[in-house]
Order: sequence, then C-alpha cells, then structure tokens
Amino acid sequence: MRREGSAFQGLGVVLIKELTDHLTSARMRVLEWLVVLTALAAVYGAITQVRDVTAEDPFLFLRLFTTARDPLPSFVSFLGFLAPLMAIGLGFDAINGEHNRRTLSRILSQPIYRDALLFGKFLAGLAVLAISLVALWLLVIGLGLIMLGVPPGGDEMARALVFLLVTIAYAGVWLALAIMASIVFRSAATAALVTLGLWLFLTIIWPSLAPALVQALVSPDNQVLQITAAQDLARLSPSTLFGETVLAILHPTTRTLGPVYLDQLQGALMGAPLSLRESLMVAWPQIVGMIAASILLFVAGYVVFQRQEVRA
Amino acid sequence: MDDTVIEAKGLSKRYGDATAVDRVSFSIAPGEIFGLLGPNGAGKTTTILMLLGLTEISSGEARVLGHDPVREPLAVKRRVGYLPDMVGFYDYLTAADNLHYTGRLMGFSSAERKRRIADALARVGLSEVAEKRVAKFSRGMRQRLGLAEIIMKDARVAILDEPTNGLDPQASVELLALIRSLKAAGVSVLLSSHLLDRVQSVCDRVALFNGGKIALMGTVAELGRQVLGGGYAVEVEADAGEGVRVRLGAIPGVRGVSEAAPGRLRMLCDRDVRPEAAAAVVSAGGRLKNLALDEPSLETIYTRYFQNVQEEARDAA
Repeated sequence: MRREGSAFQGLGVVLIKELTDHLTSARMRVLEWLVVLTALAAVYGAITQVRDVTAEDPFLFLRLFTTARDPLPSFVSFLGFLAPLMAIGLGFDAINGEHNRRTLSRILSQPIYRDALLFGKFLAGLAVLAISLVALWLLVIGLGLIMLGVPPGGDEMARALVFLLVTIAYAGVWLALAIMASIVFRSAATAALVTLGLWLFLTIIWPSLAPALVQALVSPDNQVLQITAAQDLARLSPSTLFGETVLAILHPTTRTLGPVYLDQLQGALMGAPLSLRESLMVAWPQIVGMIAASILLFVAGYVVFQRQEVRA
Repeated sequence: MDDTVIEAKGLSKRYGDATAVDRVSFSIAPGEIFGLLGPNGAGKTTTILMLLGLTEISSGEARVLGHDPVREPLAVKRRVGYLPDMVGFYDYLTAADNLHYTGRLMGFSSAERKRRIADALARVGLSEVAEKRVAKFSRGMRQRLGLAEIIMKDARVAILDEPTNGLDPQASVELLALIRSLKAAGVSVLLSSHLLDRVQSVCDRVALFNGGKIALMGTVAELGRQVLGGGYAVEVEADAGEGVRVRLGAIPGVRGVSEAAPGRLRMLCDRDVRPEAAAAVVSAGGRLKNLALDEPSLETIYTRYFQNVQEEARDAA
C-alpha cells in the first residue's frame, strides 16, 4: 500500500520553525556561553603551552587543538564533553515536549506526515550544532592565528576541517540518542536523565569497564585477543570512536589505532607523518561507525514514533 | 460527489486483546452537527483519530469527503480541521505566530496567511490579542484560537474533541455559538463530549457511545422515544389533595401519574395534555402553581439508558 504525497511535505516549514525556536531559546544561549568560554580557556592554555614547548613541530597549528595545560584539558577533550551535552540539551524534549504541550495532535492533523516533523526536528538540531561548532572552530583558528603568529599549512587546515566534520557527526550521534529518548519517554526530565546517564556511562565508565570485562572473560594466555577484544568492546561507545578518530586526524604520525605488529613496522619511518588520505584511512572505520550509529539511533526512534499513539 | 461528508462502516480499533472501538458505523451529512456522546474511555477520541488517519484502523472502513484516511491522509487532513481535547499551542509564540506556523504547514503563501489569520481571529473575537503570547491565554481563548485555526484552514469538516471541556459556563456558551456559526457557514461538524446539556443545544443528531459501540443514534427526540418509552412528560405543581391525582390520571391519553416531590406530580402521556391538566386541577379545587412540558433532556436519556443497561446486566447475571 502506497501513501499519497511526499513524506517530506512540510519538512522545510518544521525545520525553519525549530531552528528559530532553538536559536532564540534561553537554553541555547546558556549552552553557547558554556562552550565558548570553556573552549577559549582551553585554547588559551594550549597556546601558552605551545609557545613554551613545541617550537619545532611541523604541525604546530594542530597542537592548538590537542595540547592541554594543567589544570585545563585540551580543546579536543573539551569538545568531547561539551558537544554531547549540547546535543542532548537540544534533543531531549523534541517529541515529548510536543506531547506535553498538547500540540502534537494539532500539528499532525495538518497535511504533513510524521516523517516531516521528526526529520525537521533532527535536521534543525544538527544545523544548530553545526552552526555553533563552525563558529567555535573559526574562533579557535582566528585566536590561534593571532596568538601564535604562525600561518597554518594547507594540510593542517584540511585536517582541522575534517576534525570539524567529525565533531559534528559525533554530536549527531548524541542528538539522535536524545531525540529517541524524547520519543520513548513521555516525561522530558526522564528523557534528559536517561540520556545524560548513558552519556556519562559510555564516556567515563565504559572505557575502563571494557578491559575489565575482557579480563574476566578471556584467558590471560591469549594476550592479543585480550587487547583486541577490549578495544572492540570499548569501541561500542561513540566517545571512544571520537577519541580515536581525533587521534588519527590531529596527530599525523598515528599509524594505527589497534595493536601494532612487528611486520607492520617493516620499512616504516618511525615518527614520520602520514598524508591526510592515509590518516583518513586509519580512522575511516571509526568515522563510518559514528555516522552509522546516528542513523541507527534515528531509525529506531523513527520506527517507535511512527507506531506511537498521538493522543495525550 | 457523494453527499455524505463522513462515513464510517464497521470501524474497529483493537489494542491487543482489548477492543477500544467495536464496529462503529455512522454517516454525517453536509452542514450537519453530529455529536459523539459517552463516558470517558468509550472510544470517542479513538474514533476521531481513525477518521483523521492519526491512528491505524484495525478493521472496517472510513471515508472523509470521499477520501480514505488510511491511504490518502494528506487529502483528508487538508480539508478537515481538528480541535483536539485540551488543545495546546506554543506558549512562547503569539496567537498569530501559532497560526502562521500551521498556515505554513497548510501551504499558504505569506499574503494569504495574513489575510486568513486576520479574518479567522476576528471571527473568534481574538483580534485584540493576536500579538499577545499564548502563555497568557485562558482555556476558553485557547479553544477559540483552535477554532480560528479551523476557520483559517477553510475546512469543510470540523472535528472537535471535547470542545467545551474545562470551560466556564460563559466561555462554553460563546464557544457553542461559534460552533453554530461554523454550521451556518456550511461546515459539517463532528463533536464529542460527555457534557450533555451543552451538546444537546447544538447537535442535530447524536450517537451514544458505550464500551466502544454505538448504543443509540438519532435526534435527541428520537433517542428520547427509544429510551424513555416515548410520549410526553408533563409536570404539575399545585396545592391540592388526593383528588387531583385521580382526576389527572383520568384524562384521556395519560398513562400514569407519579409524585415527583411533595406537591409536584409528573404525568406520562401520549400527547401534550397541559390544557386538560390545568382544567383538572382547577376543577378539583386546587391552586395551580406551575405547569410544564418536559422535553426529554439528553441527560435523562443518557442516565436512563445506562440504568437500563446495568439492570439488564444484573438480570442476566
């Protein structure tokens, strides 16, 4: 049985409405300030550190993103924390908010499909995340130019750009998760708590829990299996995928994200940087994994939403 | 073009083993106000959602303006206005902006929206507060804004779910007047309610829901005859002795006289016997205080119907 009309009718209208709502909301302003201030602090820390230590680094500009100075973490680890927080903040009341305001059935009685509402909300959230992250990225690069006084090379800029796209994809995973929670849980507070709980679990607990689990399950004789299994298990967390991708993209000398075998090192120039293409190949599974995770989460939410009763 | 606006044939909705709506059939003619009545949970809202294509139909068929809400939901939703139970709006937007959003979803151009929204808000008396945020609106104003949305849509059919729910008497009188004005503009109205006297005053026909089925359907007078056993009820209030009761009972066409309260007699009869009743009281030496023909009220029909159903259930057990 085919439905009449396009599933995307009204998508643009919903997208623009949601974008406007996000950009004018107080929540957004708080998140923006949080991100901007903490990131600026991190970059400031990095710049002072970079000036002191690594004058000879060929990828000096990329150190801006990855260098930490105690007690501040690096810009990358800040983003690793804040991008999910922003995404969750934008998505946790997407659908249940409409339910609780009792606007859902009124909107769905207009000539649109549910698809348009859900797609519109997801795309608007992603657009807002992209806008904020691009602004932040430009801010950091501009500050770096001024404070370091060294222009970045073409390869460095390309890597920085890939890093930006990867961060947006990473935020997309958490946005999809938050929107799914907003569909499944009728209360916005529950959805927010569940998503934040999952985020903390996957980001902080899981990376240390995974090796412990493997130690308990795999015999200690098989060391290779132990290491790879722990790594595979840890990669179930999008935070691990993001961390590994960033490592490969922003540290051009990274040759592999798994264990290194002796035969792989034959003929390798230790410490020589890879080309961007090769770095991308190293992190490609991780990047695809993140995109796939957000698609999977979105589809799961979509299926639940299509079958959900609209009545309050 | 078929002249029925909404047609439901054996419409059913099952959730697992539970049946929310059980083989419901009815049809609504153009310009008619049709009421779905019944206690909460009787399946009224589910029926409405099935007609709008907002919930799947388990079995049976529905046609709204000749379209199938399952296969052509957009065609149905383009022509049908829906006011949900306790309708909600975006509190942080103004009344006009809320309508602009739905107007965009309906696909109207900017100029078209401005004109339609101004007209619709004027019709429901909200022009003054068009630029005010909905957060400050009372329940009644929200319901009227919901009607404004239907008017803006220029819907051929308006489906209103519990439109007077939670309104004070003044606000619900205003809302019912607006619903009548919709009918006057040629719009067919399907409304659901459990507030019976309100509904009685606007509905041309009603369907009484019970346990997911339509128990009774027809005009209020028809239902009265079906449930109350037909005829008229005349109430006589008089200072009089026992003699009056006998004389009233002797009037041709009177089937029975009962004492509703001290000094108040209630006669069930086949025709309007008020002139004879007055004469009877006076000739018996009584002083007539009040004489009234009791129209069957929906409330009475409804209460009596459910009493009958319960009694039948008890007898069967």
